[in-house]
Amino acid sequence: MTTQITILAAEELNPLVPHWSEIIVGTIAFILLFLVLRRTAFPQFERIYAERTDKIEGGLKRAEEAQEHAQALKQQYEDQLAGLRAEAARIRDDARAEGQQIKAELRAEAEAEAARIRQRGEEQISAAREQAVRELRGEIGGLSVQLAERIVGESLADPARRSATVDSFLAELDQLAPRREQATPAGGAS
Amino acid sequence: MTILATAPSPGFDAPGVEDFNLPPIFGDVTKPVLQFVLAAVLVWAFFTITARRPQLVPGKAQFLGESFHGIVRNAIARDNIGHDYLKYVPYLTTLFAFILVNNLFGIIPLIQFPSFSHPGMAYALAAMSWLIYNAIGIRKHGFGGYLRVSTWPAGVPWWVRIILTPIEFLSNIILRPVTLSLRLFGNMFAGHLLLLVFILGGEYMLLHSESLVVNLLSPFAFAMGIVFTFFEAFIQVVQAYVFTILTASYIGTVLADDH
Repeated sequence: MTTQITILAAEELNPLVPHWSEIIVGTIAFILLFLVLRRTAFPQFERIYAERTDKIEGGLKRAEEAQEHAQALKQQYEDQLAGLRAEAARIRDDARAEGQQIKAELRAEAEAEAARIRQRGEEQISAAREQAVRELRGEIGGLSVQLAERIVGESLADPARRSATVDSFLAELDQLAPRREQATPAGGAS
Repeated sequence: MTILATAPSPGFDAPGVEDFNLPPIFGDVTKPVLQFVLAAVLVWAFFTITARRPQLVPGKAQFLGESFHGIVRNAIARDNIGHDYLKYVPYLTTLFAFILVNNLFGIIPLIQFPSFSHPGMAYALAAMSWLIYNAIGIRKHGFGGYLRVSTWPAGVPWWVRIILTPIEFLSNIILRPVTLSLRLFGNMFAGHLLLLVFILGGEYMLLHSESLVVNLLSPFAFAMGIVFTFFEAFIQVVQAYVFTILTASYIGTVLADDH
């Protein structure tokens, strides 16, 4: 009797024997959980993973593009800068050449002016000397006649003789100072 | 159990199988039945809360959910299944979370009973995984092709096949669900028994022993009980992981073109 009950109890207590209620309820709970999560939560996670990946990769690509753009801009600016530098140098050279030219022109002009002034001065000087010579000659003629009248005491009324005397005198003078040949007759300038 | 109760033996009754045979709460509803439902609700709530309005930069809750999902997705599914793994991630994630929560019930205060120390649901989940990987294999290779992939390894001499093919058939088709379920059940069963031994033993030493020395030694039993509780926590996580990763590995094996 007791052994029979013990055997019954042992059979009942076999831990490998499942409870059917647990299998049924547990399986339903698990499958429901699986179906619900497959529709709701898990797609959300997958969506956000994909979005994140896209964002990161897209960001990297955009950064690359921005860098390329910046590189191009830099190149452009450098080219422009080089052009500007060359132009500035050219302008400077032009200005220097022009300055040189202006200086040369001014110098030439000044030299010409100076030459003109000198020439005019020389002309004036020579004119003044001529005039002086002319005046001197007339005066000397008169003075000589007076002196000769006084010395000789005779009237030199005869114009022909007087003239010949004066001319010979003057010729003598010219020989003493042969600067310029003088053929002008004294006339009655005294 | 009734016999044991009516005839109390002197001295300590070591906990045994009878301690797992809890009286039903009502009708056929046992404690694990409620725990399975509770676990399903908890897992549902966890993923529903953490996946609500997901942001590119995750908050704490979303990070938690993503980490859990990501472990199963990347470390278990992708590494074991390879190409086309995404299709199986929902099943594997649900499996891992469901087993994990039910295992952890074993050390959560006031529940303190691992659901899988009753084997029923372990059988059910193993059967489900078995059906799934066989169905995948048959759909991919056809029935004959699948049998050949599973039992006819390439490059083996004919006289080896005489032994090898039955073994392969047995291990790949018959025994996989058995080991899968019994491994989970056995670990949970033994772990719970271990904790019972230390806690009930400590209680007996403290309250029912007539020897003062034994009374004073009882804290060591409780301390060991706490140590083994941590150990159990580890085992429970590992077993949930093992069940999931083996399922993933079986799926990966039958999907592989040459075995």
